[in-house]
Amino acid sequence: MKLHGVKVPHKKNTAESVPVRIPVPQTVCIPMSMHIGKPAKVIVKRGDKVKVGQLIGEADGFVSSNIHASVSGTVSKVDEMVTSMGTKVPCVVIESDGQQEMYEGVKKPEPTDFDSFIETVKLSGVVGLGGAGFPSFVKLKVKDLSKIEHVVVNAAECEPYITSDTRTMIDKCDYVSKGIDAIKKFLGAKHFIIGIESNKPEAISKMKEMAEKNEGVEVHVLPSMYPQGGEKVLVYNTVGRVIPKGGLPLDVGVIVINITTLSFIGEYLEKGVPLVEKCITVDGSAIKEPKNVIAPIGTSIEYLVNSAGGFSEDPAKVLYGGPMMGIAVPSLNEPVLKNTNAIIAMGKKEAAPLKTTACISCGACMNHCPFRLDPRAIALAYKLNSGEDLEKLCVDLCMECGCCSYICPANRPLVQTNKLAKIKLREYLAAKKAEKEGK
Amino acid sequence: MEKLISNVSPHFSSKRTTQNIMLDVIIALMPAAIASVVIFGLRSLLVICVCVATCVLSEFLFEKLCKRENTISDLSAVVTGLLLAFNLPVSIPIWQAIFGSITAVIVVKQLFGGIGQNFANPAITARIIMMTAFAGSMTNWVYPGTLKMTDAISSATPLVAAAKGTTSMMPSYLDLFLGNHAGCLGETCALAIILGCLYLLIRGVISWHTPVAFIATVALMSLICGKDVLYQVLSGGLLLGAVFMATDYATTPPTKWGKVIFGVGCGLITILIRFWGNLPEGVSFSILLMNILTPYISKLTRNKPLVGGAKS
Repeated sequence: MKLHGVKVPHKKNTAESVPVRIPVPQTVCIPMSMHIGKPAKVIVKRGDKVKVGQLIGEADGFVSSNIHASVSGTVSKVDEMVTSMGTKVPCVVIESDGQQEMYEGVKKPEPTDFDSFIETVKLSGVVGLGGAGFPSFVKLKVKDLSKIEHVVVNAAECEPYITSDTRTMIDKCDYVSKGIDAIKKFLGAKHFIIGIESNKPEAISKMKEMAEKNEGVEVHVLPSMYPQGGEKVLVYNTVGRVIPKGGLPLDVGVIVINITTLSFIGEYLEKGVPLVEKCITVDGSAIKEPKNVIAPIGTSIEYLVNSAGGFSEDPAKVLYGGPMMGIAVPSLNEPVLKNTNAIIAMGKKEAAPLKTTACISCGACMNHCPFRLDPRAIALAYKLNSGEDLEKLCVDLCMECGCCSYICPANRPLVQTNKLAKIKLREYLAAKKAEKEGK
Repeated sequence: MEKLISNVSPHFSSKRTTQNIMLDVIIALMPAAIASVVIFGLRSLLVICVCVATCVLSEFLFEKLCKRENTISDLSAVVTGLLLAFNLPVSIPIWQAIFGSITAVIVVKQLFGGIGQNFANPAITARIIMMTAFAGSMTNWVYPGTLKMTDAISSATPLVAAAKGTTSMMPSYLDLFLGNHAGCLGETCALAIILGCLYLLIRGVISWHTPVAFIATVALMSLICGKDVLYQVLSGGLLLGAVFMATDYATTPPTKWGKVIFGVGCGLITILIRFWGNLPEGVSFSILLMNILTPYISKLTRNKPLVGGAKS
């Protein structure tokens, strides 16, 4: 059985662009929630002097993450901000002194066993850098290590435009290797599969070279068919197993880790510098010179783009991430986050909203859905307010990859309906559960 | 600076729209249109133009009247007009062609909610209504090239000839393939329809499942029943129906297996009518009957969501 998908334009204009570090911004605004889970607790106050790599937000609860200062300078404000997802979170604003002085506490970590390795990963503040932002230490804290049969490294980078993972594979090969060694040593994993889409020949050859020197590491070249980087799609196409609905990759003996996350862990074990900067692809039709840059976390999008060459026209739409799953930001003041791997600025023409017409029942949406869902039936069930049908149609399986909306000849907002339907289904299931318990 | 657009992903879309799908279908129908003019003369062009114009106009007026959004720009009314014209004999009185077009667009398509909502193929259904209403003029076949209304030589379609066993009136395979025989405007020239079919397959507008299942079933059943296979496949409306009407999106199942079942069903009904029914030709009826079964076939062949094994 083959999983469906869509052929999207690659637009990997920046694959050859070696990332350059941008000048230090005057201020950075670091939100306390750049990960899935509870926001971190602010541990600095106004007027505090901080240095690069110093802890400013402490992980709070089981699923949370440490957050560090990305510039040296003075805390000018501890405030609340509205994220692009619409939730309010605390944030720390730091005025930079331009020195980028490293915090004294930054030193090479020396993990000795599984527990100290997890602690090390937690201290580094790393989260899933592919986009999801799930705290990595939580993912790696596997209760039963014998369950891990394969570690699948997600290097598919199937979104158009983005090349930051490609650059990781080309520029940070050694750190990827170190990351693999660490997971081998502390988690006892023996088999690694690096999944890369076929449109990145340079990265593939680099990784193959690296794999030859490492026992148990293999490179799996994936077809250039969006969405190869979806966790379930990737696991299916590399090890041939279906992650059950509502389950985790570990249920089928797999751990999935993004290539940049893995290389960061390798780099952290070497240098001890926490996650304070990111390699970001800056591209899109409103960008003068598409390129890869390295920017401190908390840099505003406006500053980032201007120091990367500026806009070629007024942007009409600006995205965190790629055009298929990226989030449209409300303003250019939004900061660069831990899980930001691209800033795509679209010009007026590229962002022009498309006209939605009537559904012609062509079935393209269901015949391109990787999970074989039926967006048309889901839209109908949503309209009819039928939680029961939505449950049968498994709308909660939808990963919002966007294949259906992309392919729809009537340009119907199917992903949007699926998102709304998921909320409705959750309400329905909660009500059903409450009713059951009431009896 | 202007406000940034903020909407839900994806922010990319394929270039394919309803309009250019319909345009592809129109392009695919062109060889058959040209063939009909070559075979039956200029009057066929008149019939085609009348049908297309009436379909577009009635869609426009109906939507205006009902204060619905105007959809003539999606070109689906043009496709309906072309297909209806292709299903009429060249001698059809113009007023009857107009009546058929209005029926197709307003009764079969718009009254059920417009594009994508109709359960039966508009052109096929209108043709069947016309066959019942104007049985005489709908079966007034003429030899190609002899049409001058006054002295047109009446003829039988190859299927009628075969059914009656009048072998002297049966055209050769080559004539069948090139369309040089009596029949509806667009159905006679197999070559033109095959060209159109290839174009649609290459452009990804239709999948091969329905036409192949439909035609293969007819061929196989003809073989079993001891009839001339090639003759049965090339004559009548089989090719036109299998390629252009049995592949209509709204009225046929969307899944691969659904399409196969639909095609096989159409083939079986066609054979039943051709060999044992009272009518010489059964393609239209077979497609209409299968249109009615489509919701059930779709339900039966629905894609199973990829839920995986039980959660451990």
